[in-house]
Amino acid sequence: METELKYQKYTAKDYKSENAVRWCPGCGDHAILSCLYKAMTELNIEPHQTAVISGIGCSSRLTYYMNTYGIHGIHGRALAIATGVKVANPKLSVWVATGDGDSLAIGGNHFIHAIRRNVDINVLLFNNKIYGLTKGQYSPTSDRGFVSKSSPFGTVEDPFIPVELCFGARGNFFGRAIDVDLKNTTDLMVAAARHKGTSIVEILQNCVIFNNGIHNKISDKTFRSEKTILLKHGEKMIFGANNDKGIVAEGWNLKAVTIGQDGYTLDDILVHNATTVDSTLHLKLAMMGYENDLPVALGVIRSVDAPTFEAEIEKQIAEVQQKKPKQTFTDFLLHSSNVWEVK
Amino acid sequence: MNNDIVVKDIKQVTVRFSGDSGDGMQLSGTLFSTLSAIFGNEIATYPDYPAEIRAPQGSLQGVSGFQVRIGSKDIYNSGDKTDVLVAMNPAALKVNVSNLRKDSIVIYDTDSFQKKDLEKALFQTDAPFAELNLTSVQPIPVAITTMTKNALEGLDLDNKQVLRSKNMFALGIVCWLFNRPLEIADQLLEEKFAKKPLLVQANIKALAAGYNYGSNTHLTATTYRIESIEHSKGFYTDVSGNLATVYGLIAAAEKAGLKLFLGSYPITPATDILHELSKRKDFEVKALQMEDEIAGITSAIGASFAGCLAATSTSGPGMSLKSEAIGLAVMTELPLVIIDVQRSGPSTGMPTKSEQTDLNQALYGRNGESPVVVIAATSPTDCFDSAFWASKLAIEHMTPAILLTDGYIANGSSAWKIPNMEDYPDIKPHYVQEYYKGDPTVWRPYFRDEETKVRYWAVPGTPRYMHRVGGLEKDSQTGIISTTPENHQLMVNYRKEKIEKIADFIPTQEVIGDQDADTLIVGWGGTYGHLLETMIRIQANGKKIAFTHFRFISPLPKNTEEILSKFDKIIVAEQNNGQFASYLKSKIDRCLPIYRLNRVEGQPFMVETLVDEFIKIMEK
Repeated sequence: METELKYQKYTAKDYKSENAVRWCPGCGDHAILSCLYKAMTELNIEPHQTAVISGIGCSSRLTYYMNTYGIHGIHGRALAIATGVKVANPKLSVWVATGDGDSLAIGGNHFIHAIRRNVDINVLLFNNKIYGLTKGQYSPTSDRGFVSKSSPFGTVEDPFIPVELCFGARGNFFGRAIDVDLKNTTDLMVAAARHKGTSIVEILQNCVIFNNGIHNKISDKTFRSEKTILLKHGEKMIFGANNDKGIVAEGWNLKAVTIGQDGYTLDDILVHNATTVDSTLHLKLAMMGYENDLPVALGVIRSVDAPTFEAEIEKQIAEVQQKKPKQTFTDFLLHSSNVWEVK
Repeated sequence: MNNDIVVKDIKQVTVRFSGDSGDGMQLSGTLFSTLSAIFGNEIATYPDYPAEIRAPQGSLQGVSGFQVRIGSKDIYNSGDKTDVLVAMNPAALKVNVSNLRKDSIVIYDTDSFQKKDLEKALFQTDAPFAELNLTSVQPIPVAITTMTKNALEGLDLDNKQVLRSKNMFALGIVCWLFNRPLEIADQLLEEKFAKKPLLVQANIKALAAGYNYGSNTHLTATTYRIESIEHSKGFYTDVSGNLATVYGLIAAAEKAGLKLFLGSYPITPATDILHELSKRKDFEVKALQMEDEIAGITSAIGASFAGCLAATSTSGPGMSLKSEAIGLAVMTELPLVIIDVQRSGPSTGMPTKSEQTDLNQALYGRNGESPVVVIAATSPTDCFDSAFWASKLAIEHMTPAILLTDGYIANGSSAWKIPNMEDYPDIKPHYVQEYYKGDPTVWRPYFRDEETKVRYWAVPGTPRYMHRVGGLEKDSQTGIISTTPENHQLMVNYRKEKIEKIADFIPTQEVIGDQDADTLIVGWGGTYGHLLETMIRIQANGKKIAFTHFRFISPLPKNTEEILSKFDKIIVAEQNNGQFASYLKSKIDRCLPIYRLNRVEGQPFMVETLVDEFIKIMEK
């Protein structure tokens, strides 16, 4: 096989395919795609050593817009396909583009099992709380009571919170971003790619046609800095337009405080540690804003090193081969048990 | 008891070991068949076991059997009825009544034919043979349990472990009856329990005790000798169909210079394929037990895209779950081997029983116009060649290939001459950088070889050939999503033509038997052995008959129509309601004089019945 040894610096256009982008004007996916180009440029990964795998849904069309190797698969199966790709060739940088319907409904099983195995793939989970491509049905992340074409009287079921599935499956990397926040989204993608193992990147994405404004409560620029907090490993958990608010621990719970008020000082503010094996606090942080009025956590919430599935397979192969050097198939048969000779 | 033992020469015999599923009958049977093969006989085996791991002890549902047919030569199947039955309990006797020949020998364990045992098997009286109207069989009562205990006295084993050796005592008796040397069995046991010396000792002792008991007490008036005849020189081993399938994949990967990947999920009777490939890390095989059937095949599609020889193994219900993904492999035109070890259906059906009822599913079980290669293995050892062929066609023609085997040949085994891989054809992956002559910058993923209509394989990691494939229809030239009517028609035609062209690359169909006969037997897949013996027996009756057996189903061999048009009567015999017969009719544009013989009982064909029914049709 040909190899190109010379170092090459790639630019965003090297990752762009010739396919015309066909998402609706104003769709959050455009921003995500542009962040991905930027992230790949920053990582400088070789397009021919990259595979982008997707399932079905608006998000999954992303594969066609990448000038890399790619499979646009069938509904829900992107993570299983990606597992095969990565195990077959661990050298590849493998990405998955998927949505809340694709990976949390029809593909829920593959989602949790890929995370459990810790295959080194980067999963971009576009969460817009709606089925867009089928024109507006509620999804597994739609809030209870959500009115849609398939729930005209409101849903009577509770949603999944993606991070809970991730941690329930013992996930080692979880981060969250908002589509309109390009800098954080790009940074998060870069961090996810550098993490060895299954990285779940939940992107709160806006479907401009069927669920416009679903994330406005937190994404609106006028109050985004009050309603969200960007977590950074090793740094204090500070937020607010004036960077004067922070998260403190109070008993088993987290609390938002204003520094300098009610006796709270900067020293009381928690420092984010994304690398603790115990995920209790990571879950608390990731659930902020879902069951309380705390700001929604963005950035890398958890990033823990653990053995990856494909590397462990390679390791076993190497160990077995060390004890039992590879032989030709015929030699193998001749040396197996139950062999007799007719002379 | 007689004083002189007469040794009688026989050509072949069928022995069935039968007992509770915990009695170790599968092991007795396997050892007997292997040592007979090593001794120089031909063998065919048929494990017949319940789906329950441990049904209630002594119950009719819990009976597990292992049938072995051995002979000097021409052993094509595991035999209709048994000449010798080893019955470890009354239930084993009862369920096998219809499988016994008139004059068969029944060796049974008197210790487990007590009143309570008879009740468990729902006998009304304490005379089981009379109650079953078995008046002409030759019952041989042996206190197997007691004597096994006596033989193992002094060994450091608890009662449970001692009882587990009963199967070896029974095997010892059978070895005596057929003049099998115990040395080979001892050696096999040493290999089998290499890590447990005490078990080796116990089993060898029990085996010898059974043998000596037969010999010392002159248990029967006659013992039997089955001549071993000269086979062609070389090294042999015995393989089950599932193991041969595994070997076929490994051999094909080696030929093609590819790494082997299996994505699978446990399902009876296909699971052994996953087990055996999981062991083969020495061949760098990556065998993944995925979370479900769909992940099994889709991970394999991913691995195929990334450049492996990728396979997925399953049985009927799992095949149904894989349908959509097979369609994806058709659409992305990636090589993929899909192994369906057929079992009785529909739905969960009878998991441990064999049938040929998945042919339609393999041919048609997808949405859209979705042609694939379908190959059906004809015997346990042919699973090797068929798996090799399925891999070769998948890789060289960039298509999913479905390999149909069935529970009968997958679990059955026979002796197999270790092949010289130089005799097998090359497998050449259709790599873009080798076969595409144009400029990489203008290459697109659905460009095809003009002759074969095969697209090129551009494996991730190869510079300059980055591309996307997927389930959406693509433009034949640009590779971009397309819904243009003309393009879709063109692509549908390409996919069809690509499969049809494969007929130029597979062997033509052969007819054996009397070429000038009026009647042709047609079969496919795992029934080969039964149909072949049927033909030979009909010929022995002085009647002319011919036989053709299909391994290549889609596409059919090029001369299929020519062959079929030569006969006045075509009897298509299959273990379903006529799926292959209908398929032939759909493929051949002329009126074929087809007669159908269909059995869907979950049991192998009975040659005796086939002979009668074929003759009836011939005389119509």
